[in-house]
Amino acid sequence: MTTPLANYLILAALLFAVGLAGALMRRNAVLVLIGLELMFNAANLNFIAFWRFNPHPERLTGLMFALFSIAIGAAEAAIGLALIIAIYRHRRTAQVDQFNSLKG
Amino acid sequence: MLNEIAFLLCASIILAGAVGAMMLRNLVHCALCAAGAFAGLAAIYLQLNAEFAGFAQLLVYVGAVAILIVFTILLTRSTELQPGAVHHSSSWWMGLLVGGLVLACLVGSIMSSPSLVRLPSQPASAPVKGIGEQLMSQYIMPLETIGLLLTSALLGAVVIAVREPEKSDPPAR
Repeated sequence: MTTPLANYLILAALLFAVGLAGALMRRNAVLVLIGLELMFNAANLNFIAFWRFNPHPERLTGLMFALFSIAIGAAEAAIGLALIIAIYRHRRTAQVDQFNSLKG
Repeated sequence: MLNEIAFLLCASIILAGAVGAMMLRNLVHCALCAAGAFAGLAAIYLQLNAEFAGFAQLLVYVGAVAILIVFTILLTRSTELQPGAVHHSSSWWMGLLVGGLVLACLVGSIMSSPSLVRLPSQPASAPVKGIGEQLMSQYIMPLETIGLLLTSALLGAVVIAVREPEKSDPPAR
């Protein structure tokens, strides 16, 4: 007997909520990015859980979606961290509430 | 039975890692907790018979993204070092409220959905051969696009993060 789909979906919902709350609560830009990555991973978990429990798992659609989504998550992390480093070089801080001017 | 125990173990590792990453004060500890959460997700993918996605998750997130995060933390740490620094924003309760509301909505809709409980568990498996064949036939355009996107994103990251020449330098012409 396998764990039903709803358990995986609730785990993904919890992970998403933790990531969202953290991204909104923390001041450090790196931690905001970690929160974004947690939300990304919650979505991937949903894709894979739906693939595993759908009636035609041999079509691999959810799995492919999750694989592409992992690749996009890696690109997003690289760009986000490069932006944080570039802003840190101008403002000497990584706190998001001090990134308050567009003209560094 | 064994599956439930594995699921509960992975779920507790993931949630503990996520909460730790969002609550701890030391940034390096946060990065380690996040890596633990990513590893737990890889274990859940393996438990869901998605071996390829699980190992991709291990390589990409636990390997690459965690290292990137640690490097960024070490390159941008000066304000976190003084004691008594405030670690959450002034309106942190708002974030908690929004997170709680979103969680309540999601769990409510999952619990009340009639179609989820009826889905039987299929003996699913994803052989790497099948994944490769589909990637090379049906998903060839997305695969090429992802390759282009990753290349341009990594080049763009280098261009953004590279040190700009000093303003006092005479322009090279």
